[in-house]
Amino acid sequence: MGKALAEKVWNDHIVRQNAGEPDLLYIDLHLIHEVTSPQAFDGLRLSGRTVRRPELTLATEDHNVPTIDIDKPIADPVSRLQVDTLRKNCAEFGIRIHSLGDVEQGIVHVVGPQLGITQPGMTIVCGDSHTSTHGAFGALAFGIGTSEVEHVLATQTLPLNRPKMMAINVEGTLKPGVTSKDIILAVIAKISTGGGQGYILEYRGSAIRQLSMEARMTICNMSIEAGARAGLIAPDEITFEYIKGRPHAPKGKEWDAALAYWKTLQSDSDAKFDKEITLNADELSPFVTWGTNPGQGVPLNAAVPIPSEIEDEQERVAAQNALTYMDLKAGTPMKAIKIDTVFLGSCTNGRIEDLRSAAEIIKGKRIAGDTRMLVVPGSARVRLQAEAEGLDRVFLDAGAEWRSAGCSMCLGMNPDQLKPGERAASTSNRNFEGRQGKGGRTHLVSPLVAAATAIKGTLASPADL
Amino acid sequence: MEKFISHSGTGVPLRRSNVDTDQIIPAVYLKRVTRTGFEDGLFAAWRSDPDFVLNQPQYKAGTILVAGVDFGTGSSREHAVWALQNYGFKVVISSRFADIFRGNSLKGGLLTVILPQSEIEGLWTAIETDPNTSIEVDLQSREVRYNGKKVGFELDDYTRWRLMEGLDDIGLTLRKIDEVEKFEKNRAVYKPKTLPILS
Repeated sequence: MGKALAEKVWNDHIVRQNAGEPDLLYIDLHLIHEVTSPQAFDGLRLSGRTVRRPELTLATEDHNVPTIDIDKPIADPVSRLQVDTLRKNCAEFGIRIHSLGDVEQGIVHVVGPQLGITQPGMTIVCGDSHTSTHGAFGALAFGIGTSEVEHVLATQTLPLNRPKMMAINVEGTLKPGVTSKDIILAVIAKISTGGGQGYILEYRGSAIRQLSMEARMTICNMSIEAGARAGLIAPDEITFEYIKGRPHAPKGKEWDAALAYWKTLQSDSDAKFDKEITLNADELSPFVTWGTNPGQGVPLNAAVPIPSEIEDEQERVAAQNALTYMDLKAGTPMKAIKIDTVFLGSCTNGRIEDLRSAAEIIKGKRIAGDTRMLVVPGSARVRLQAEAEGLDRVFLDAGAEWRSAGCSMCLGMNPDQLKPGERAASTSNRNFEGRQGKGGRTHLVSPLVAAATAIKGTLASPADL
Repeated sequence: MEKFISHSGTGVPLRRSNVDTDQIIPAVYLKRVTRTGFEDGLFAAWRSDPDFVLNQPQYKAGTILVAGVDFGTGSSREHAVWALQNYGFKVVISSRFADIFRGNSLKGGLLTVILPQSEIEGLWTAIETDPNTSIEVDLQSREVRYNGKKVGFELDDYTRWRLMEGLDDIGLTLRKIDEVEKFEKNRAVYKPKTLPILS
């Protein structure tokens, strides 16, 4: 019987396999950042262990860092200590780190692909659930906890139970104004936040094949929002073209050898998936969330759902709680919802194509009077590229704030936070209660909807301008 | 890691589904570089509500959290497990856990038990009827027992053995490090390295 892509990558990394035990998998790349690593390094020191393969490890500063005044010491002493601790740990164990102010600094999931260090067929882990982003290259990539970070640092392996496989087929062609963000929000609304639990998702079909690498990353990024630890896409010419020539891409004979292997990385035609769902891309329209989990979404043209019409009791109660928290009335058209802050950025939508597509909508216009727009590039390189193209001027001239790279308002760990009661349209990945600041309310949107919303002041698509 | 064989305690009924790790502990509380002191951030946004279950005196001594479906979704932060443990919880029971949270909990010795939703409802009712209801979670027999009732749960033999012996995963893997070395000898040369830095 044929094998699914994820099974192939899994099998190629088995160090040890014994009945009744988890498989021990080799890890090709371990990405680390300041928030989920300090306790792991402490654990190593306490037990007299060391980092087994520093040359397969890469650190960046992203979650906690400020996005203004990055040349000054970090104002919050607790944040500063955490960042300093990462720097000291990397120095002690010989790990490459891209610190604030370094041209390669940025959100860990933007930096890996940009350096060409994310490649097909790899196993990639990071103490961050959005590690699934790297699955866009046909890598098996997933988030881990701090105990696992310590395990990978010490052994370059992880004991894991083999997940089930789910195929997500997206067929057809997206209409103009509809993006890969809308695909993944529609998938999550369809299968719910627990639907992917225990599975690795493989996104397939003609609509996926047409997407750029950056658009594919947006989809794989949010696999965890459907409950799946990993999501991936088979590599193809678009993937190889993206990697070629990047700093850490294989060169010469090694490129040929790598390419020959990468071309085998597809699910076999007779591969069996434990579950399969299909979406028609032609039918999709811009999608937006109304509630407090990413599965609570509707097309932008629709209205806030009416909880009493929801059959499942738990879902109904969750919807009622969400509407209370979001301060929304059932039946309100989504487009009537007024937005205070627009956040364009994050590992989901903070790459150059995201900034370009939003800038195109905003160019020559002004942001609505009492709306604030925060534009945070995903990495220092993205920021430089955007500035070279004049995108910073487009945003600044429209009245938006242009910031330095980091996770920023996606999780509100640095000073970029919503105020209690403030309502955001955000290109990030989670609309959980308080995620972007205590009492803040989040609607997840694509960069195009974010841009149109900033101009209009209410949730809007470019077609509404 | 401390051995986990069985635990007896009282329950705390958390009648909410989709409790994500941002709810368990918001990001602003993740700045510590230690494994302790996270109890202050546990369910931080809800703790200011006097009606919230953890603020009700009859549940103060509870060590077994009984939660709605999809507990621990979202961020991979192991701080969520530490916050629950630092607060005093030994067990969380739900009908479904998010994968990463469940992995983290079982690595760190916080037992997560999956029971069908109907059993969760039964536990909620029992605890709310009498908050002093003694609940025993027995890993040896893989059973939850209360009010003379026995409900079995599943946990794979390997994880159960590791928890009951209090074994550290890293120590177990390091015993087999020769197999890792053997694997490394056959890795493809084109696999990327982070060092030296290339541009």
